[in-house]
Amino acid sequence: MDTTVHLPGLTLKNPIIPASGTFGYGLEFARFGDLSRLGAICVKGLSLKPREGNPMPRIAETPCGMLNSIGLQNVGVEVFLQKKLPFLPPEVPIIANLYAQSAEEFAELARILASEPRIAALEVNVSCPNVRSGGVQFGQDPTALQAVTRAVVSAAQGTPVIVKLSPNVTDITAMARAAEAAGATMLSLMNTLTGMAVDIRTRRPRLATGTGGLSGPAIKPVALRMVHAVTRSVQIPVIGMGGIVSAEDVLEFILVGATAVQVGTASFLRPDRVFALVDEVAALAEELGIHAWEDFRGTLQEVV
Amino acid sequence: MNACAELTVVACQPGPDPSIVQLTLSPPPWAPKPGQFVMLRPANFGQELTWGRPFSIYQLDSRGLQVVFQVVGRGTQRLAGLRPGDEVAAWGPLGRGFQTKGSGPFLLLAGGIGLAAFGLFATPAHALPQAQLLFGHRLPLEAYPLYQEMAQKIPCEAMRQTTPQDIAAFSQELSRRIQDLGPQGTVLCCGPTPMLRTVARLCLEHGVAGQVSLENRMGCGVGACLGCVATTASGERVQTCVHGPVFDVRALSWE
Repeated sequence: MDTTVHLPGLTLKNPIIPASGTFGYGLEFARFGDLSRLGAICVKGLSLKPREGNPMPRIAETPCGMLNSIGLQNVGVEVFLQKKLPFLPPEVPIIANLYAQSAEEFAELARILASEPRIAALEVNVSCPNVRSGGVQFGQDPTALQAVTRAVVSAAQGTPVIVKLSPNVTDITAMARAAEAAGATMLSLMNTLTGMAVDIRTRRPRLATGTGGLSGPAIKPVALRMVHAVTRSVQIPVIGMGGIVSAEDVLEFILVGATAVQVGTASFLRPDRVFALVDEVAALAEELGIHAWEDFRGTLQEVV
Repeated sequence: MNACAELTVVACQPGPDPSIVQLTLSPPPWAPKPGQFVMLRPANFGQELTWGRPFSIYQLDSRGLQVVFQVVGRGTQRLAGLRPGDEVAAWGPLGRGFQTKGSGPFLLLAGGIGLAAFGLFATPAHALPQAQLLFGHRLPLEAYPLYQEMAQKIPCEAMRQTTPQDIAAFSQELSRRIQDLGPQGTVLCCGPTPMLRTVARLCLEHGVAGQVSLENRMGCGVGACLGCVATTASGERVQTCVHGPVFDVRALSWE
């Protein structure tokens, strides 16, 4: 089948996108597969200035998943543009993930990144649970979310803007509609679920920050439910994510309504997982007699 | 071009002490340097265990890739239960190993299962000039068959620590050896974190070149998850898996 995915202003060879924060700047994974075969690459969240992130320990393994509290450690937008971006293969669309602490800062970051022709889309991180200011603050308040979305859309000058939603809200569809009304080109969801792991012997949390974001197969049912609900609440396309490891997982997200998917923690299970998925998804779609994504997307039989 | 290989278990043997296990996998086409490591994720992790587990490459030749590990948690328990023919995903060789230019002397300091990090120095391709190895251990020496293997190639001495007095005596011996090494010497160390700290402090105090292999918990092993960062002397946080696991003692913050 033709696995091409058409998103507004962004065409992907296939629906597989490594998720931000799990794939470095892409180059870390060049030893494990052909980066140019991926649908797109969503790079580690970028801020205007470099960030050192949170204290250690930052990660904890949990059943079928993990908790992280990295705190958006990144090289900053300048180093990314000079030392990382030029080495990524030109055939693969690059999605820049943005983190800032105010709408103004978001706009400045969006301007810098959108003026770079190699950046195919911007993903606005208003859902990081592990930073004190910014992050999920913007993703839990529809008014703040709209302000940030408008600022980025305006600064992006036509570059598609993906708003990445947090599951740590009462009603994710309300946030989705708010982002859509503010001009978001697409949505991606979900970010991690806030969680905790503790050690009964030391009587301390397993993460230095106490809480962190849960990811991995453990959260897939929650993510499916949210993608399903959101795709029925908005007109703009949704990129689904949350615990995807296998080709079956990918098709499940497309079945409930996702147009493309992001694959995150699976890259920690195996660094070549996301590359294998490109072939496995195409093969599974063939096997199921799917000839075009349009014939399959969102065709879940609803419960009456 | 995929550095992640699907290997099969050739042998998985607990030693005289069942908590120390020697695992041999079908050989991948790699050329590891001493101090580099491999991430292993056996098929029996399923989806329940998330990350692969990092291990020093003890040996790699036509017979196979060998790692030696101590059973300490869920991951190593499942690894210890592997049987010949089982599948294991392995990615590597990873990280920056020991930097061993020059004519020596080299003082190798190993603590417990950290001894495995020095395994490749016992092969002709990586033999060090003027090397001596001091091995600190808690279990009886027989629990570490790798010690006997290495002692055939490198002059080795072992000191067991079962009491606080033993640990103090070992620290004194470390101090004496490091001071006696001379200005051309290099200390290489792999062991538990308190030992690394002691060795780093002694090297810095006595102006001796030293390298330590950090044992930070790792998620991905390839620099992406940012879960294993170490703080450098300049305050920067760098991934142990790609900037290390071996660091010059002067490059790290020991606060």
